Amino acid sequence: MSATRTIAVTVNGTAYEKTVPVRLTLADFLRHTLGLTGTHLGCEHGVCGACTILLDGYSARSCLMLAVQADGHAIVTVEGLSPDGGKTLHVLQQAFHEHHGLQCGFCTPGILTTLIELLRDNPDPSERDIRVGISGNLCRCTGYHNIVVAALAAAKRLKQSSPPAAGPI
Amino acid sequence: MKPPVFSYHDPRQTSEVLGLLASLDNAKLLAGGQSLMPMLNMRFVLPDHVIDLNRVDGLSYIRAEDGALAIGAMTRQRDIEFSDLVRARCPLMHEAIGEVGHRQTRNRGTLGGSLCHLDPAAELVAVAATLDATVTVAGRDGVRTIAFAEFPQGYMTPAIGPDELLIGVRFPCWPDPHGYAFVEFSRRHGDFAIVSAAALLTEDAAGKVTRAAVTLGGLGPAPVRASALERALIGETIDEKRLREVCAPLRQCEAMEDIHAPASYRQHLATVLSRRALLKAHARLIARRNPS
Repeated sequence: MSATRTIAVTVNGTAYEKTVPVRLTLADFLRHTLGLTGTHLGCEHGVCGACTILLDGYSARSCLMLAVQADGHAIVTVEGLSPDGGKTLHVLQQAFHEHHGLQCGFCTPGILTTLIELLRDNPDPSERDIRVGISGNLCRCTGYHNIVVAALAAAKRLKQSSPPAAGPI
Repeated sequence: MKPPVFSYHDPRQTSEVLGLLASLDNAKLLAGGQSLMPMLNMRFVLPDHVIDLNRVDGLSYIRAEDGALAIGAMTRQRDIEFSDLVRARCPLMHEAIGEVGHRQTRNRGTLGGSLCHLDPAAELVAVAATLDATVTVAGRDGVRTIAFAEFPQGYMTPAIGPDELLIGVRFPCWPDPHGYAFVEFSRRHGDFAIVSAAALLTEDAAGKVTRAAVTLGGLGPAPVRASALERALIGETIDEKRLREVCAPLRQCEAMEDIHAPASYRQHLATVLSRRALLKAHARLIARRNPS
């Protein structure tokens, strides 16, 4: 039985074909094989949320998936949130910038991907909806307050923009 | 914090899974990965083979069948959470699933994975116990069913043979309307429950309890049905005072001790949460019967 497999994965809209060890986690595939180090590893056992990415549009812990499981699927990481390949920030990222929703930034990629899904599924969230929605993401710096403020501001701005802000999401 | 070396298999049919289980030594089944992957990452488990179930056909479904809900083992917790059928026919499960982990873990985690992992605090395990679910297990010799009361054999040990695969679970539905409630205590939302209480009730036109099911989770290796409490409730009229009386004996229930809580606190929670769950179930039943 082979220790490696060749997988075809789309990440942030780009198709990749890579041969990977079967025990390589999706997080390590993104970070080391693809060089997309925006996805962070805080605990490697699924509780901190720093590694959260979007798999076919659904938030998931990349530390709790094997890269080989992503074969045939589409992933979006924090690097893929910009609507124009990095020239401008996604509305959500802009709101985090304006409302001081991050300090060290370690938890931020996981929080952003989580909120992308949340705001897509619930465009008019209450503060409680946000707080429950990010309960799977730990932040050691901010005390969460400005994260919630930024998320609510982004929700408001996203509702106002029509059509909704674009991106591979 | 990386998985050990193993051989990886991704079968497409249940028959292939059973063939692999019968021929491979030291193999682990990978369902949602939300419990197994942490164990692999921390090397708490060192399988020679990982059998990935995520591409196996036919194990993900939610169906109404003869007064019951049949749910496939690989059904994502997320699908259960958003299922109108579950919400309508098994509202206890709908309420409990919101307490299972977090959005990200529910997007991948499965019903079968949770039941087979048998964490003492697992909400889905408590729901299965409360509903007297039946588990269907497949082996090389065919398919067999296990009553949920017999499913937990011990701490994190289900009654599944090493060459067997859980394929589905049948949850008998309670009549509409019935009272239901799932409550749990944890230090933060989404944490493992320290103690949980699930309650189901039916009452006659005079408001007397005709049937009750109460399960306490987090007290021991597996959730326990509070059978004495269930019997004591029959014929009773639910109110706060009476509930305090009938739930009080739970103060003496067997409870485990760990870093999260001493046994005495768990016993205290058992009396409080069972009372709250029953009050909530009763209130819901009243509301359903008397919509204003």
